[in-house]
Amino acid sequence: MPAVQETVERVKRIDVDQYRYGFETLIDSEKAPKGLSEEIVKFISQKKNEPAWMLQWRLEAYRRWLTMTEPTWARVEYPKIDFQDIYYYAAPKPKKSVTSLDEIDPEILKTYEKLGIPLREVAMLEGVEPKVGEEDPARRKIAVDAVFDSVSVATTFKAELKKAGVIFMPISEAIREHPELVQKYLGSVVPTSDNFYATLNSAVFSDGSFVYVPPGVRCPMELSTYFRINERNTGQFERTLIIADKGSYVSYLEGCTAPQRDENQLHAAVVELVALDDAEIKYSTVQNWYPGNSEGKGGIYNFVTKRGDCRGNHSKISWTQVETGSAITWKYPSCILRGDNSRGEFYSIAISNGFQQVDSGTKMIHLGKNTSSRIISKGIAAGKSQNTYRGLVTAHRKATGARNFTACDSLLIGDKCGAHTVPYIEAKNSSATFEHEATTSKISEDVLFYCIQRGLSQEEAVGLVVNGFVKDVLQQLPMEFAVEAQKLISISLEGSVG
Amino acid sequence: MALLEVKDLKVRVEEREILHGLTLTVNEGEIHAIMGPNGSGKSTLSHVIAGKPGYEVTDGQILFKGEDLLEMDPEERAARGVFLAFQYPVEIPGVATMTFLRTALNAQRKARGESEYSTPDFLKKVREVSKSLNIPQDMLKRGVNVGFSGGEKKRNEVLQMALFEPSLCILDEMDSGLDIDALRIAADGVNALRSPKRAMVVITHYQRLLNYIVPDFVHVMSKGRVVKSGGKELALELEESGYAQFEDAA
Repeated sequence: MPAVQETVERVKRIDVDQYRYGFETLIDSEKAPKGLSEEIVKFISQKKNEPAWMLQWRLEAYRRWLTMTEPTWARVEYPKIDFQDIYYYAAPKPKKSVTSLDEIDPEILKTYEKLGIPLREVAMLEGVEPKVGEEDPARRKIAVDAVFDSVSVATTFKAELKKAGVIFMPISEAIREHPELVQKYLGSVVPTSDNFYATLNSAVFSDGSFVYVPPGVRCPMELSTYFRINERNTGQFERTLIIADKGSYVSYLEGCTAPQRDENQLHAAVVELVALDDAEIKYSTVQNWYPGNSEGKGGIYNFVTKRGDCRGNHSKISWTQVETGSAITWKYPSCILRGDNSRGEFYSIAISNGFQQVDSGTKMIHLGKNTSSRIISKGIAAGKSQNTYRGLVTAHRKATGARNFTACDSLLIGDKCGAHTVPYIEAKNSSATFEHEATTSKISEDVLFYCIQRGLSQEEAVGLVVNGFVKDVLQQLPMEFAVEAQKLISISLEGSVG
Repeated sequence: MALLEVKDLKVRVEEREILHGLTLTVNEGEIHAIMGPNGSGKSTLSHVIAGKPGYEVTDGQILFKGEDLLEMDPEERAARGVFLAFQYPVEIPGVATMTFLRTALNAQRKARGESEYSTPDFLKKVREVSKSLNIPQDMLKRGVNVGFSGGEKKRNEVLQMALFEPSLCILDEMDSGLDIDALRIAADGVNALRSPKRAMVVITHYQRLLNYIVPDFVHVMSKGRVVKSGGKELALELEESGYAQFEDAA
């Protein structure tokens, strides 16, 4: 059998068995009744002990959502979602209010252990020192916020971050403890009226992470949130808000997994980033939601709005994403380059296999003077999947000296998948310089045979070639994530059990 | 026992028979040159020995160290010591040559049940070998064959040959695309690898290469068969009289 054909066969066999995060945690949980109404919105707000202004904000969003219709312009197909058939709130039942890690349900801790997420900061702090001269990247400090279904169950390293003045906490806590910051910035990048899913999220979001880095502070460690959907028929609507005040820097990582289930589950998150003068935010995602089985059954609908606002002069926002999961991905992490000399970056690896559908890309909106942006997108389509890059680069009338460079490369494995590139470019200012490069290629039989002749197996050869293809983007990831991402890429393409 | 025994090999590509019963025996330490015009089946032979997909063996046998080579996966053949130096080595963007060499060498060692090389040991070995072949270190950091000149690509093949220490090397048209200086450097590299334990099969159109890599035996192929075999003087004879005389013999 020709090498490529064999790869295609193997890829075809990829099944639920390969999804190593597909287990379910049996814990007691508390759910709101199915469906969506003003009562449910009030219920969620009440559960979170929210102030009146927050409830008002949610209700306004909910009322607007009722007037909106689902977007249909993306190159994805799925049966109509019944929004009344979803649970909008599910929380692990607390034994009492949780003040330390020891009080968290051990089953949940076990889940995160299985996922390899270090929640036990105590163990890490008191852990064995790495041997002299030996670098142990896994032991590097990362503060973690773990979100289980609708609530954040644990945030680590709070004390140490506090010393630096960094606020890192569940957004539900921030609403109560830092209302002035939340009120000022929430919805200021993605307004409640932005789009169908963002508006829905504004009405029903239950938790997520909040980060504030004060002026001039370089956040002393990577911040990380791990999202886990556990409950059946539950939507996850998390909301993340990150503010980097003047001259500050923060790097934030996000990971996501879910159990394997036959029905589709909705994930509609909103992420807002604000970078003030001279501030920099680096946001990395490794998205590995359950993609569905080999017949295309089940999997997560990942309908996410992510946007960063380079509000200050000389500010910078950089998105890096590795997308391997989800049945459907609809996601365009974007940058509004408002401040003069601000810079936006988007580095993406999107892998689709089986029946996965990906419609993802970015928007770079140049408003300030001398703003620049860079887009590097690598799409890999295998199986019967469809993989679309959709991007918008636009320069406002007053955005003199705007510059963009875009490179979109697609790699096809097999002959039943599709790769599509849909770039929109608008320059309303004659001094703008926009460059766009795009390539589409098939993984070559000759390249595979060359590798195999040198002793690599079929799977190793594909993994090597694909990792080479995405190298420019992998290099942008923090080291821990790069290693995880590299493994993930091999797993999602080769059909080897992780 | 011969290192390589090809017996009455018949090979099809799609519906067309390319090799019509080819027989060839190669012993350890020997260098065999296979010459012949375009389309005589030289490259097909090398591909079938290495296990390239797309060829159908309809009859005959290939034994390697007494074992049925055709039963083995191509990567297994590589691990057991079959090395094919490609006429056109491919480019693999984004994969550093060093990473490629290490991945391949360790894959072969693992398949043989040997321990994988540690990073320092591997680096030491690569440095030694590349130095002897005059390969600059920065070439090893570049993507596999990406932006390499024709000469560099062939030297990279010889580097891998030296690193993997195969018992059978097949050099497919090593002289194609090389100027005389590049050819000399590549051939010197190959000659340094001559050993009583290693055999080489050198496939070429021209006698020129055989001035540098001197064979023990020369075989002339035409229309999918070996039509004449002899010593190295046969190559010189061919240079004068051409291949036409064999067209009828086939």
